[in-house]
Amino acid sequence: MPIREFNIFRRHKLQFIPDLRAVELTPLFRGRPVISKEITPDEESRIINLCPTRAIQSTPTCIDLGRCVFCKECQFALPDKIRFTNDYKIAANSREGLIVSAGEDKPIRLDQVIIRKEIRSYFKHALKLRQVSAAGDNSAEMELNAAGNVNFDMGRYGIEFVASPRHSDGIMITGPISENMSEALQICYDAIPFPKLIILCGTDAISGGVFADSPAIDRSFLEKTHVDLYIPGNPPHPLTIINGLLDLLGR
Amino acid sequence: MNFIEIENNPGKVKISGIPLLEYPVFLSEMDELFKDESNHCLTYFAYSLSDRFKFICCIGCDETGSIRIFSHDQEKKDGINIESLTKKHFQFHLFEREIHENLGVNFEGHPWLKPVRYPFDRADHRRIMNNYPFYSINGEELHEVGVGPIHAGIIEPGYFRFICNGEKVLHLEIQLGYQHRGLEHLMVSKKSLLQKTLLSESIAGDTVIGHSLCHAGLMEIMAGINVSDQLNLERIIALELERIAIHIGDTAALCTDIAYQFGQVVNEALRTIVINTMQFWCGNRFGKGFIRPGGSNYPLDADTIRKILDNLKEVEERYLQMTGRLFSMPSVLSRFEGVGKVTYAQVSMIGAVGMAARSSGLKRDVRGSHPFPCFKDTPYDPVILHKGDVLSRVLLRKMELEKSIALIRDLIGLIQKQQDAFPVLKPTYRLNLDPGTLAISLVEGWRGEICHTCITDDNGNLMHYKVKDPSFHNWMALALAVRGQEISDFPLCNKSYNLSYCGHDL
Repeated sequence: MPIREFNIFRRHKLQFIPDLRAVELTPLFRGRPVISKEITPDEESRIINLCPTRAIQSTPTCIDLGRCVFCKECQFALPDKIRFTNDYKIAANSREGLIVSAGEDKPIRLDQVIIRKEIRSYFKHALKLRQVSAAGDNSAEMELNAAGNVNFDMGRYGIEFVASPRHSDGIMITGPISENMSEALQICYDAIPFPKLIILCGTDAISGGVFADSPAIDRSFLEKTHVDLYIPGNPPHPLTIINGLLDLLGR
Repeated sequence: MNFIEIENNPGKVKISGIPLLEYPVFLSEMDELFKDESNHCLTYFAYSLSDRFKFICCIGCDETGSIRIFSHDQEKKDGINIESLTKKHFQFHLFEREIHENLGVNFEGHPWLKPVRYPFDRADHRRIMNNYPFYSINGEELHEVGVGPIHAGIIEPGYFRFICNGEKVLHLEIQLGYQHRGLEHLMVSKKSLLQKTLLSESIAGDTVIGHSLCHAGLMEIMAGINVSDQLNLERIIALELERIAIHIGDTAALCTDIAYQFGQVVNEALRTIVINTMQFWCGNRFGKGFIRPGGSNYPLDADTIRKILDNLKEVEERYLQMTGRLFSMPSVLSRFEGVGKVTYAQVSMIGAVGMAARSSGLKRDVRGSHPFPCFKDTPYDPVILHKGDVLSRVLLRKMELEKSIALIRDLIGLIQKQQDAFPVLKPTYRLNLDPGTLAISLVEGWRGEICHTCITDDNGNLMHYKVKDPSFHNWMALALAVRGQEISDFPLCNKSYNLSYCGHDL
């Protein structure tokens, strides 16, 4: 190695995070919320009206992380009753799994029963995914790129993004799925060999997020397909993405 | 006077105060204005009233910092035909295409009134994504190459069609619209300001601070509220942090495209440090949740200041060490130098903004020409390079990064001097907007000039919202850059601009 590269490398040091499961994120990171049991009906209706994406529902009070855009406004309104923790392990494999009810303060886990058997027997040690951005705003896309970078190095688990659907085991969708992108998404999905996974990455992809009632989106693709993993976030942190995938693969 | 002039950015005028011109008068005014090369079109759009379409055209001057607003209207009827401005002033080409696509107005003499983004509420629904009228050339030695809409990497969708002679690109046409989410429609139809603020953060997720700052400035001027100097300083620090992070990320990506992996991994790790600084400050690596109208939920405290200064010191030293090596390698320079050249005449003609303009010698930077609050007191002198090739665009990033870091240090110095003097308020989502008013806000995002315009009705409700991302001007620069290049250099040229798909498609 030439001397100048060596000097840069000496300064650069080893950048990879050795244990991606045990990272503690900064206290302000907005991850899994905790809602106090003592929330009153008045307070509840206040935050239901406040929530920009109707992520908060009633009886019992709960936040749907598939709709939540993590703006934290409900916590600012009721600082004693709602708290966004820095727990970034918030991926789930069912829509119900993303719902956090009042009084709950436990990690979000995958429902082991509904994981398709072939996922772990085929892909446990190597998973190649095709990414399709369907009107994503480029933040989730950048975090997916970051998941493979020198810090997070998802490739160490054999999880990689590939250029062709023919080479892939599944599809990772970002964005609320615009009408203009719906056909290309379907063609890409059809080109992937069986068995194939569908992973929704980001709140936009899971529920449409702030674009949920836009007349320019078309989410009919999701009505006829089975989703294997939901990764919430606006955008999801690389650690949320990687931990979600590892849980799905049973690593 | 045939126009109304705004001196401030953001600024507002009463709609009734904008003179309504006869169309030929409007055309001759434009002819007059564009004799001066420092004028360029900030935004040109039309909206629908009960019986007529009203057109608003805002022209900015790079030298004087003025914004001139012109207006004309056309009665609604089948087949409106008006003379095209594009014939003489090419920079209007996409604005006229957009108006044509949205409202069906025909511009006579426009070279090609092709679709822009296939919006859901377009005038002609017979135009669909699959039958875009691509330009083609007949010839036995020519072939066409189509790429997209889904690309090989993890990026947004868009379709590129090249006409090549062997390996050489004769022509590139870019079809966009796949990312259209009806954003401008939602900006008007969503009722709560919090929802609109979140939408502004999602216009382009890589320019969160830029777009949401532009939107917040617009809403604040519309409601006539002033935010504290302290908050203005904090917002600019966030804006510059965003610029630093992206410039480093782009340097990494350009290293990838020339197969210099060492430069890639070092820069990637440096970008992580910068966006993690933003995460430390506001809990999100991209700054989502940071900019709010009227105030901030994340005031800059002593801990954050220390973190920003420490991290920037580390990043600056290592980045300069890395780029020092990068720019001294003949094998790197031979891949950057002279590739993807765009001349001053070309960027001036297409009305390019931001890095695309400044790397080809055109001095166009909102921070210098139309200073938004805080830049008023700290004059900014933009970095200008002249060659217009990939190397200029990489070098420009490095030089802007150094300037941004110096700027952040200055601003933090100001804050430390006057801490406690200017309290930062909590955000407010209940604003009463001025009725019958047009407001315009410009921000220099990392890509270039972002322009948001909105119009309220007589009751103070938003009736039209127009977003212009810098990419709207600059996609044309990419198409020009690859002409005459090897097609294999396309990724390099593309990355050297790093334009936004969703910012264009809205």
